[in-house]
Amino acid sequence: MGMRYKNPKVTKLEENVTEAVRTKLTDEEAFKIVPFDASAVEKTGYSNYSYWGSTFRAFSKNKVAMLLVSAVLLILLFTFIQPSLPNQLDSFQININPDTGVIHRNLPPGSMGKLENGKEFKFILGTNELGQDLWAKLWGATRNSLLIGFTVAIIEAIVGILAGVLWGYVRQTDLIFTELYNILDNVPSSLVLILVSYMAKPSVGTLLLAMSLTRWIGMARFIRNQIVIIRNREYNLASRCLGTSTFTIIFRNLLPYLVSVIMLRMALSIPEAIASEVFITYIGLGLPADVPSLGNLINVGRKLMLSPSLRYQLIYPTIILSIVTISFYVVGNAFSDAADPKNHIN
Amino acid sequence: MIRYIFKRLLRSVITLLIIVSIVFVLMRQMPIEGYFPNFDHMSQEQIKASLAIMGLDKPIPVQLFNFLKGVVTEGSLGISYVYRDQVPVTEILATKIPLSIKLGVLALCFALLVGLPLGTMMAQNKGRFLDKLGNAFIVCIQAVPSAVYFLFIQIYATEWFGLPLTFKEAELRTWILPIFSLALPNISYYGMWLRRYMVDESTKDYVKLAKIKGLSGAEIMFKHVFRNAFVPLGQYLPTTFLNTCVGSIYVESLYSIPGMGGLLVDVVKRQDNSMVQAIVMLFASVGIIGLIVGDIMMTLLDPRVSFVAKKESR
Repeated sequence: MGMRYKNPKVTKLEENVTEAVRTKLTDEEAFKIVPFDASAVEKTGYSNYSYWGSTFRAFSKNKVAMLLVSAVLLILLFTFIQPSLPNQLDSFQININPDTGVIHRNLPPGSMGKLENGKEFKFILGTNELGQDLWAKLWGATRNSLLIGFTVAIIEAIVGILAGVLWGYVRQTDLIFTELYNILDNVPSSLVLILVSYMAKPSVGTLLLAMSLTRWIGMARFIRNQIVIIRNREYNLASRCLGTSTFTIIFRNLLPYLVSVIMLRMALSIPEAIASEVFITYIGLGLPADVPSLGNLINVGRKLMLSPSLRYQLIYPTIILSIVTISFYVVGNAFSDAADPKNHIN
Repeated sequence: MIRYIFKRLLRSVITLLIIVSIVFVLMRQMPIEGYFPNFDHMSQEQIKASLAIMGLDKPIPVQLFNFLKGVVTEGSLGISYVYRDQVPVTEILATKIPLSIKLGVLALCFALLVGLPLGTMMAQNKGRFLDKLGNAFIVCIQAVPSAVYFLFIQIYATEWFGLPLTFKEAELRTWILPIFSLALPNISYYGMWLRRYMVDESTKDYVKLAKIKGLSGAEIMFKHVFRNAFVPLGQYLPTTFLNTCVGSIYVESLYSIPGMGGLLVDVVKRQDNSMVQAIVMLFASVGIIGLIVGDIMMTLLDPRVSFVAKKESR
């Protein structure tokens, strides 16, 4: 819920990557004198170790994570194809029975109702108090919430990487970034979220800005620390002497080390962004009603929670929300185990 | 040590000053309706005159200086105009803060009381059923938005156990659900970290030695592993503090608890600029104070940690 919490998996992967980066072989370790061995003369040997291959292999062994990855991919795919499936209503359409002129308000899940075009329609998840189809609403909301989550994760990665590179490479910026880190890391991100949403008009843009404002700094700090360690390594020195541009050095020599942590952080950002949206909607500063989102649906459902017959309007959005957030969380953690070079040895 | 604490305090004051200034300047960009309870019925002249009385017509740096002067000399955080007309913010807060602190402390104690045994139990049964069960609980609490499970706790716990929906300070049983809700994120947090530290510790040499000496598993766990694993938890104090504060924004409002968190939601909904500003500043300071306290706790808990010598590491 936008709380600043540290995840042990993130910390552990960061520590191990740092250690892998930091390890400096002595000459004796790097060059071993091997005596002549006649039996090995014809031997052709190579290490078939590939980082991403091992990562994928380790990950695919985790059955729960594989299951949840599929679940998330299916949900994601379905949110996009749902509108073009046959027999779907528009999520904003207010459904009225043409014979009686009665709006189909708060129909329980699975009930039938006559649409304006005279056809009988089965409302799989029922309707809300405005008479809109909850099935269509739910998928539209899931799509929007996921999009918000992904966008926040991507912004976090881009801004975090760029800022981290700047922070690590340009010494003059160190003071500013450090102070910024002190501030952003110490203030609860929910507070920034509330403040920004309070000041600006509620919209998707406001929400994205408010959520991204605090997230990037953690990423930037990790990248900065790694850069400070790596930047003067011999191979980078060599690259620089050979005239490689700083840009190429950063993206070819540095970032590949850090991709696993970046991906882990991004994966964990998605459930947090979705949670922040739910939180800020409750406070009354969330998205306007014409942008369906899981937060909006849950907030509507919350107001009806005291009448048990209407509780389906809260429960279905919650189920999807829980599947999505738990999946991303578990998948992120499983990925961090799989991506950890320490776990590749066996 | 004292020099270190002094330095830390000074730094924190600077950070705090920056935060306060940013919040203050940002809030000045808000529409001025937030200073008048009956804005629609006022003429231009009245608005202008009132703004002059409040000192809001001056340039922003002057306003900021006056505000800071007020904070330092009178301990004033401004005056509320919308939430309560013409009442100093501190007077409103004074009635709300004690309750929030009481709730927060109780929730924290409860979280430690449950979270530490949870983490120990998981570490003891690493890889077995209990560990997996605890892990599933932690994943659910960490991944699912607390805004959602707080809501479900309220709905179903009130139904099943016949507990009241709203909080009354005099009625003890109305305290149960808010405290339980507030504690949940921290229970999972402490459980998760203590488990990791205990697992890390249990591969160390001194544990092997203890095993060779013939100590029982439980003795090793409690006398050696737990103590060492507990030390780094000191640094999570600020996070727990923040978790509780942020959680209280939601929980207090759900149960209509007249505390700080519920107040923030109230004043945001009613758009009282000076109240929002003061509460945001207050929450931010709490975070920073928590951080210092966490660091000092670390040095007290573990004699090996010294910040004086650690200087060259970063």
